[in-house]
Amino acid sequence: MTNAPVLSFTENGIYCASGDFYIDPWHPVDRALITHGHSDHARWGMQRYLATHIALPVMRHRLGDITADGIAYGEERQIGDAKVSFHPAGHVPGSAQVRVEVNGEVWVASGDYKVVDDGLSDPFTPVKCHSFITESTFGLPVFNWADQNIIASEINAWWAACAANGKTAFLGAYALGKAQRLLTMLDPSIGPILTHTAIENTNRILRDQGIGLPDTILANADLDPKSYPGAIVLAPPAALGSAWSKGFGSQETAFASGWMAIRGVRRRRVGDRGFVLSDHADWGGLMSAIRETEAENIYVTHGYTDVFSRYLNDRGWTAQVVPTQFEGESLDKDGTE
Amino acid sequence: MKRFAKLFTTIDQSTKTNTKVAALAEYFEHAPDHDRVWTIALFSGRRPKRAVTTTKLREWAAEQAGIPLWLFEESYSIVGDLAETIALVLPVTMTHDDQPLSAWITALREIYTQPEDARKEFVLKAWATLGGTERFIFNKLITGGFRVGVSQKLMTRALARATDKPEAELAHRLMGNWHPDTITWHQLVEAQDASVDASRPYPFYLAYGLESSPEDLGDLAQWRAEWKWDRIRGQLILRDGQYFVWSRGEELMTSRFPELARTVDFIPDGTVLDGELLVWPHGQPTPASFNALQARIGRKTVPKKLLADAPVVLHAYDLLEWQGEDIRSRPFSERRSLLEELSAVVPADAPLRISPQLEFHSWGELAELRTSAREAQAEGLMLKRVDSPYLAGRKKGDWWKWKLDPLTIDAVMIYAQSGSGRRANLFTDFTFAVWDGNDLIPFTKAYSGLTDVEFRKITAWVRKNTLERFGPVRKVTPHHVFEIAFEGIQRSTRHKSGVALRFPRMLRWRQDKPIQEANSLADLEDMLRIYG
Repeated sequence: MTNAPVLSFTENGIYCASGDFYIDPWHPVDRALITHGHSDHARWGMQRYLATHIALPVMRHRLGDITADGIAYGEERQIGDAKVSFHPAGHVPGSAQVRVEVNGEVWVASGDYKVVDDGLSDPFTPVKCHSFITESTFGLPVFNWADQNIIASEINAWWAACAANGKTAFLGAYALGKAQRLLTMLDPSIGPILTHTAIENTNRILRDQGIGLPDTILANADLDPKSYPGAIVLAPPAALGSAWSKGFGSQETAFASGWMAIRGVRRRRVGDRGFVLSDHADWGGLMSAIRETEAENIYVTHGYTDVFSRYLNDRGWTAQVVPTQFEGESLDKDGTE
Repeated sequence: MKRFAKLFTTIDQSTKTNTKVAALAEYFEHAPDHDRVWTIALFSGRRPKRAVTTTKLREWAAEQAGIPLWLFEESYSIVGDLAETIALVLPVTMTHDDQPLSAWITALREIYTQPEDARKEFVLKAWATLGGTERFIFNKLITGGFRVGVSQKLMTRALARATDKPEAELAHRLMGNWHPDTITWHQLVEAQDASVDASRPYPFYLAYGLESSPEDLGDLAQWRAEWKWDRIRGQLILRDGQYFVWSRGEELMTSRFPELARTVDFIPDGTVLDGELLVWPHGQPTPASFNALQARIGRKTVPKKLLADAPVVLHAYDLLEWQGEDIRSRPFSERRSLLEELSAVVPADAPLRISPQLEFHSWGELAELRTSAREAQAEGLMLKRVDSPYLAGRKKGDWWKWKLDPLTIDAVMIYAQSGSGRRANLFTDFTFAVWDGNDLIPFTKAYSGLTDVEFRKITAWVRKNTLERFGPVRKVTPHHVFEIAFEGIQRSTRHKSGVALRFPRMLRWRQDKPIQEANSLADLEDMLRIYG
């Protein structure tokens, strides 16, 4: 039995010495286990990738020609002296928590996660472990998400009002995850649903995998913007206010993010509306996830790490902050998801 | 409160002036009288007497949310607004309430005299029955400070639309010392011969910065120039044998400037002056530094010694009311002549002088004068057209401020801290250093001046280049040089660098400069010698 910890935090990322692999590393390494396809977790340049079967197609699309192996949720695999398995994280389709067991000691690296069922991703499954690596993007008690149905009705009411006023509704969303979740929340009886090329590329990949999405119309350069009155357009944030979007004439813009819970942030974005919707766990979600792991040691990677770990320590856990390059939910126009 | 919440939401969600004005006008046409008056009051910074201390509100909110107080405080520092933080941490509920806004205000007033237990019961019940926006508004009624992007200008425009009265008249009606407890909608907005409150000030006329060169202003003879002071703009009102001093922020500051009481002795009743409040000891060639005035405005009552050490003088530059008559529509040259006439009888040691008009015979000569503004303890020049009326609010055309370029220094960013409120998820508060030999010595903080895109870019960089954390503060790799602009520099014993800057902000992100090319402490010392 070695004394090395099951997972350690290195310059390249989260490392397992017993299996000689990394989880979501940020520099090129030999073997990388990837929790999900967002660009701050699935980076370019690894010799070998391992991710869930559902996550792989998007990763191949984004990273090009990679050597990658797929794994099913719950399937166990031996890598060196470590036994690994992937479990649903509920963040985006195919996202996983990685469970690593060495000599009976279990660690779970959760990547990004949310505990509510978005109707699209496999719902988050708590995994019992001794040490749990968690994000804390929204790790403050001011973040409490309303039910998805309430947000859906807010978005649809806004869209319907735009349509009634002869305006095109522009909804900003990241290409993987948030965009598809929003698609399933829209009421197609209000009007046509148009998508930006970047979003439609991801849609196509997910549809090919058999993930059910409502019908959409690709809004590329060939499309006459004026021929779809009352439409909603889903576009990456960077495309809002671009020459392409201006072609649609009179319009309102909205943005869906957990950050919209804070009035100041909502107002800074200058868009017309902000909807509070996130693919990350809210305060209650983080706390319930941590409790259900029954872990004693908590490693907090990104978000409000200092405050969140202090609270965990107050409440009897052994928590510490570990520096990472994960970014959580960003509002940057050119940022990751 | 639903009607008010709906108005609030519409205004808060919109960035379009027309939408805001339309929503307000609609509200002013239909809401009950008492609600309308309170809405004007709330949006102009007035609020009901505070029924509960914010300390208690924090404790009760943390208790109801089941979180420790320190965690509530951390959350507050990130959200940046107490009312909002409370609304967010409490358990999510739907609103069950159909009382008008003014009923809630009345209820808050009634609990004012009750014991703490009863007040707590009232507040907890309100939190449980009000959800979302209504809960936030309820908290704002207690804590004050509705910042919703409704300027006085926008509100008067909406009122004008709702009442068919001229905007300028409404702007004047809303100024000064009224309170919704003692005034009706009719008295405030509609009454023909409102018995004018003796203390009521006029709306201040504000200038825009000059964007082009002064030559574009046309005929030299049509313009007058004065120093542009950067102290405190104030209105001195003499009516009914009393004097009142108002700040530009519409704060009654009379008690802070007792020396101005003397003006009653030599200026006739029915006079209103616009001018600058400066600390200017008798016999000195220039006013004292801003710090001297800071010491004065920090105190509601002034001790004798401070009064002697830092005497305040009003430098008048305009006359708005003369012999009880509003003369704002008369040309500036005429108002100025009357002002000079009036000041002729003022004794030399009186706390009132008139701001001198500067003599110039060409735009070039004026530009030359402007460069010497800092020596005069001014921040530049004011240009006024001779025939200009005294308008209300910020208007282009007749008045311009022509400020000096700020002082600048190139500095290295060494610490970063995240912002709050609007900037909750960005690093926006930075500490800057200059070289002292091989060491970087911190000398100032700055928060503003970058674009959102730049703040996002630097935020991503800070995340990846943190060397050490001290609570919310991150020590970062010295790598980025910023050009820091500031308006003044002074010796300071409180700062390690020995200097304190006025209005420091980031002028430019010098991505072209390596840190070795940042300025040094010796450069700051030089500036201190010249401008301190």
